This record gives sequence, structure tokens and C-alpha cells, in this order.
Amino acid sequence: MTPIIEARGITKRFGEVRALDGIDLVAESGHVTALLGPNGAGKTTFVSAVATLLRPDGGEIHVAGIDACAQPKRVREIIGLAGQYASVEPAMTGTENLRMVARLFGLGRRDARTAAADVLERLGLADAGDRLVRTYSGGMRRRLDLGASLVGRPQLLLLDEPTTGLDPRGRKDLWEAIRNLVADGTDVLLTTQYLEEADQLARHIVIIDHGRVIAAGTPDELKDRAGSNVIEVRPRSAGDLPAVEEALSKIGCEAPYTDMDTQRVSAPVAGGADQLRDVVRLLDERDIEVDDVGLRRPSLDEVFLAVTGKHLEPTDPDSDPQSEPADAA
Amino acid sequence: MTTETTVTTSTPDVATGARVDRTTGAGFVTAALQSARRTVLQFFRTPQLLMLGTVQGALFLFMFRYIFGGAINPGEGIDYVDFLVPGFLASGILWLGMPAATGVAEDAATGVHDRLRSLPIPRASIMFGRSLADTALTGWGLLVTTVLAFIVGFRLDAGVGEVLLAVVLLIVMAYCFMWVFISIGLTSKSAQAATGTCTLLIVPLAFVSAAYVPGDSLPGWMQPVANHQPFTVFSNALRSLTLGGADRVGLGHNTAYWVALSLVWCAGILLVFGTIAVSRFARRR
Repeated sequence: MTPIIEARGITKRFGEVRALDGIDLVAESGHVTALLGPNGAGKTTFVSAVATLLRPDGGEIHVAGIDACAQPKRVREIIGLAGQYASVEPAMTGTENLRMVARLFGLGRRDARTAAADVLERLGLADAGDRLVRTYSGGMRRRLDLGASLVGRPQLLLLDEPTTGLDPRGRKDLWEAIRNLVADGTDVLLTTQYLEEADQLARHIVIIDHGRVIAAGTPDELKDRAGSNVIEVRPRSAGDLPAVEEALSKIGCEAPYTDMDTQRVSAPVAGGADQLRDVVRLLDERDIEVDDVGLRRPSLDEVFLAVTGKHLEPTDPDSDPQSEPADAA
Repeated sequence: MTTETTVTTSTPDVATGARVDRTTGAGFVTAALQSARRTVLQFFRTPQLLMLGTVQGALFLFMFRYIFGGAINPGEGIDYVDFLVPGFLASGILWLGMPAATGVAEDAATGVHDRLRSLPIPRASIMFGRSLADTALTGWGLLVTTVLAFIVGFRLDAGVGEVLLAVVLLIVMAYCFMWVFISIGLTSKSAQAATGTCTLLIVPLAFVSAAYVPGDSLPGWMQPVANHQPFTVFSNALRSLTLGGADRVGLGHNTAYWVALSLVWCAGILLVFGTIAVSRFARRR
């Protein structure tokens, strides 16, 4: 089957900056592909190239087999784009916004009306359809913006950081909407800097940094690649954090990492249960009281750390996967 | 959803009845009308825009008519209010067009243009639609100003044909100059930057001209620029048409001269800035 996106060796410079430095990406139909990377990694530039908004300096992009450089208009017929901002018109109602985009997609007046109503219904905005968008909450605007990229019934949906700036509730709602879309047969490429988002939504994750792909695969494959499991300890008192770090440094195969936000110390270990037992013993010997101690699979952040030597999102506590150690053994 | 037929360029088959899997995009006219409609709705539903676009002209007109007016002598046999209004309307194109630049800059900054450019439509249609809508909104502001002008004492001295020609000319001038504002919007990084650029452009164009005062009352060193820049030409063309002849405006040319020169300016401005705006919007970075 033709991949929905097939990009080979995409390069793009802006002056001296190499925004894209030879990106290869193949996204198969039928699931979400996530482009994960820190700010400035080149995510938006790549999406813009797929959306035919910019022309790469080198390389080839095919969308559903169509050459994006040679036949941009045919690509535009099958994509929907929702950018980083909710680019809906505040002075128009939800319905008016969607009808306008539907009309631009080439639907007739009646079809546009039906399509707008369908999409509003599907995104849970039917009741708000006749209100001006300026009265919407941030989450509703984002959903409406997603809707605007949907009314043309695109084959491929491009979502550039769809949940940036949303509260957890709004984020969950949008994830739900995206999952439903994929279930209905729409292919999705989304960019995100949230590990949890990629983990939750995508079956295929491409991690990029400085315009290059540094790892790609399913979440499980990526975690396997990072190799080691992780032991994570949260002492009852923050004053014990250095002592915990010292104890873990005796066990782990790499230096422990202390996250001051969540007050957890984690260290990758070569084995698993045996090391966990050792850690418990060491903590016991030192009389350190702990709230939580566990063995878990590496997070995508550790995958990123393993490949690049830095953390993906060191300052963003609200999406830190370590705040819920679900994989504790 | 089909993925074959990669060779044929799509023909916009207007299959309204038949079910089509793939949308082929709106044509030029539909896309332009949608774009225009959005701009008009935005204006009439945003109180700040509506206020500014409606009341601003009135405020300035009162100021010139009653505050500065007494000190300005437009020459013998002509009231200042009659001299003022045609120039005031011409320069109104400048003040009323500014929101177009900020609106365009804002659409560029908030991803609206990216969305529109990702759609299968002729890209020029979007800016074309905007230019029509923004001209209509300028027209709205000019209409309000004109009504007020009659209330504060402006009187025509011209035949129906000349007045009609003046109206058409004013609209043509507003339309052509709108492309300057659209170009500013498209080349500015933010709405604030667009406002700044517009102010730097509008103030000299409006004031270093014969729009509000007779050209020969300006300092000598200013006159070479002031007497030839488009807004002096526009003002004089409208004066010639509405006040019963070019001898009423000074500067020693006839009505046909001012009208023709206005049209030349319009054509030049449209050509240059229309090209800038359309290519800027359509370009793939």
C-alpha cells in the first residue's frame, strides 16, 4: 500500500539555519504518526513542507503517492491542516467558520451546511454552533479549528502541536477527537513536544532534533532501544534526595537523575527485579523513608536522553510521565 | 479515497449532485466571495473596528471644519468647507484603509493564511476578495463622512455626470490604494508592525499634500513633493469635479488633467502593489 507520507532527504535552510537537515519519514496509513521533538527541532517546517506551504531545498515528498513539489494543488485536495494557533475567526459563529472552509474546499452551499453540522456534532460543539467563536473557551476553539481542517473530509490530517496551551481536560478531549478520526479512517500526522501525547496517540513515533531524525519506531520499539529499565524512588522528605541519589548511583548503570519538580530520583539499571531489591536494601540501611519506589520501562524522555544526551522537556511538569509511574513493578 | 491518477492535473468538475470522494476546491469567484464575506462580517461584528471605521472620519471632519478651518484661507470665492471636503474624502482612503493592513498582518501571524494556503483554491482569490471587501468598508466610512459633510455645510457645484464620475473615481482610488495596505499587512511581522508602517506612510501622504490646505500655502521646499504626490492629485481631481471646474483648485490645470493623472497613479499603484501582494501571498517559502 502506498504510504500516506513518504519523505526522502528533506532539507530546508532559512539563511544560516538548517531547519531540516535530511529528514526521512515514512508514515503508513491507518494510524497516527507523531513527530516528537523539542522547540526548534524542525517539526513545523516539516509539516509546512508536507502541507505545500513551503518548498524544500532538497529531497522529495509524496503524499498518498502525489509529488508535493510538482502537484501541490492535488496534495491540497486531500489534506487538512490545523496549525499551532486556532486560526478560526472570532467574529464568526462556529457554523459560519466551518461552512466557509467547506465552501473553500469546493462543497456546494447545501453540502457545506451538512458537512459543518456533521463536524460540529462529531466534536461535541453542536450546541455552540450558533455562538460567535469569540465566546468560546480555548479548548473549544482548538476543537473548532480541528473541525475546520476536517470539513473537506481530508485523507491526511496535519496537526501542528494541536494541544499546546490547553488545560489537561481540553487536551484529553482533543485526544479523544483525534482517536475517533483515526478510527473513521483518517490518517494523522501530528507534531508535539509532549511525550505523553505521542505515547498516548501514536503508533509510529519519529523523534527529531536539529532537523534530523534521531530515532523512529513504535513507542515500544523506542523504549526497547533505550535499553535499560528505570528504577525510580520518591523519598518522603525532600532532604533525602541527595542520599537517594547516592544510593542509586551504586546500583544504576548510569548516573541518576533527580527531578526537583516531582521530587523523584531515577536511574537506568541493567537488569530489573534484582536491582530493585538491592535499592530497597540500601535505602533501608540508610533509614530513608520512601513514598514510592518502583521499576518501570524507560519513558520517551529517557529514549531522547539516551540518543541526544539531553532531556526533551526538562521544564514542563504538567506532561511529565514521571508524575504517574504507571509501570512500577 | 483514491491514490492513483497522479499524472492528470485535476479539473474542477462541478459535481454537485454526484457523490465525490475527493473535494476539488472552490473556484476563484467562490473563494474570493468567501474571503470578502469574512472581512465584512469581521468589521461589522467587531465594535472597535466598526467604531473606528465609522466615527473616525466624522471626528476629523469636525476638527478641520471648525477648529483649523477658520485659520485656513483656500482663496477667494471659495468656502473652506467646500475646499476641504473633496480632499478630506481623498485622504480618508488612507485613514480608513489602515485596518486592512493590520487585519492582513494578524491573519498572517495567527495561522489563518497558512490554513487558506493549504486549501485547494487559487491563492490570488483570497487577497482579491479582501481588496473588494476592504474597499467596500472604506466606502462605508466615506459615505458616513460625506453625509456629515453636507450637514456641516458642504455644497456641490457640479452636474450629475461630474458628481457620478467623482464617486467612481474615489472608489477606484480607494481600491487601488487598498493593495498598498494589503502589501504592508503581508510584509509585516505583526499587526503592531503593520500599524507602525501605515502611520509612517499615512501621515506624510495625508498632510504633505493639498488634501487639507491649498498646495501653494505649503513651504516652498515641500511643494515639489506635495504638488505631485498622488493624494494631491486625487484631491484636486475630486475638487475639480465637484466644485465646478479646475480653476477653483489652483495649480493651473484643467479637470481632465487631474482626472487622467489620478487614473495613471491608480494604475501604477495597482500594478506594483497588486503584484507584490499576490505574489507574496501565493509564494511557497
